[in-house]
Amino acid sequence: MAEANDLVQAFDNKIHAEEKIEPKDWMPAGYRKNLIRQMSQHAHSEVIGMQPEGNWLTRAPTLERKSVLLAKIQDEAGHGLYLYSATETLGITREEIVQALHDGHAKYASIFNYPSLTWADIGTIGWIVDGAAIVNQVALQRTSYGPYARAMVRICKEESFHQRQGYESVAVLARGSAQQKAMAQDALNRWWWPALMMFGPHDADSAHSAQSMLWKIKRKSNDELRQSFVDQTVPQAEIIGLEIPDPDLKWNEQRQHYDFGEIDWDEFKQVINGNGLCNRERLAQHKQAHANGAWVRAAVAAYVKGKTGESGE
Amino acid sequence: MSELSPLFEVFLRGRRGLDHIHVGSLHAHDAGQALEYARDTYIRRSEGVSIWVVESKDIHASQESDVASFYDPMDDKAYRHATHYTLPDGVDNM
Repeated sequence: MAEANDLVQAFDNKIHAEEKIEPKDWMPAGYRKNLIRQMSQHAHSEVIGMQPEGNWLTRAPTLERKSVLLAKIQDEAGHGLYLYSATETLGITREEIVQALHDGHAKYASIFNYPSLTWADIGTIGWIVDGAAIVNQVALQRTSYGPYARAMVRICKEESFHQRQGYESVAVLARGSAQQKAMAQDALNRWWWPALMMFGPHDADSAHSAQSMLWKIKRKSNDELRQSFVDQTVPQAEIIGLEIPDPDLKWNEQRQHYDFGEIDWDEFKQVINGNGLCNRERLAQHKQAHANGAWVRAAVAAYVKGKTGESGE
Repeated sequence: MSELSPLFEVFLRGRRGLDHIHVGSLHAHDAGQALEYARDTYIRRSEGVSIWVVESKDIHASQESDVASFYDPMDDKAYRHATHYTLPDGVDNM
């Protein structure tokens, strides 16, 4: 018993001293479980997030935009792989992680359950959705689990490209024809609120937040991160002449932050619980892609078997 | 007379939270001994808090001569870099 207490004490001391926890360190079962939940959800988000973007790949308006979109989607796949590998250091297999997604036990960012209806959505996703993800990920570079923190550093280096290409794409539409500008505004109208929902429930209503903050898995609260996102994004919209779709949005001189309206939490819960516009389609497409890849996995296994057979092993 | 013991590659983590970085190699009879030698050879002045040793024969390396086809630096794809996109005045830190 004394020994177990020593382990907990050593773990707590590391967390307190801002030291990272590494895969071979002892850690409480709850810490491991909480990390697997958050990191696998993060990985799934990167992978599922390719679907709304892939939807426009063959319809990009120019070869340049198509090349950019292809490069961005390739990065998202890479980010998923960094995060799956980091999650595997916690002693769970890739098969188990993917199965949990297919069974509906593991979630992914709810925002990807909204459809990408027009070309303007693609720029808006880069600007707003990646913008919100960056606010979250910059804070996570200081998360207490070493492999997660290091994956975040690599991911953040690439995210800036994602956001800037999106913003530039929206800016071009916003200063284009009246129709193009209306299309950009419509996309912002549809993506703004879901983007605010990406930060999760209010701190008081968040199931895992308090413990995650104590363990320094999360470094800033949902509401703090959401406020930073609003504060940095409102001026960006103003500069390109688009309007944030929130009548309650206004600068609060006293707080030195923007005040903003309340999120529709019913919609948030509906989408999280599987009733968004695209939940079924996203999951079905992932399962289909996974099943379509089965022959590749079988071929690789057969190839390796044949090779080791030749060398007499 | 006696055969040389196997070669091990040594990786050090300078501080918790950082990646392990390759620092060199040494000969040892087994992994335990390699760890002790690595400690004596590479961290005499607090250079690291964690050591990885792996037998050199277990490392599979790419060939530098394949550079063009294997690690295409994609220098012709400037759009992969954030700096390719000009931002309007007043927008910074994106």
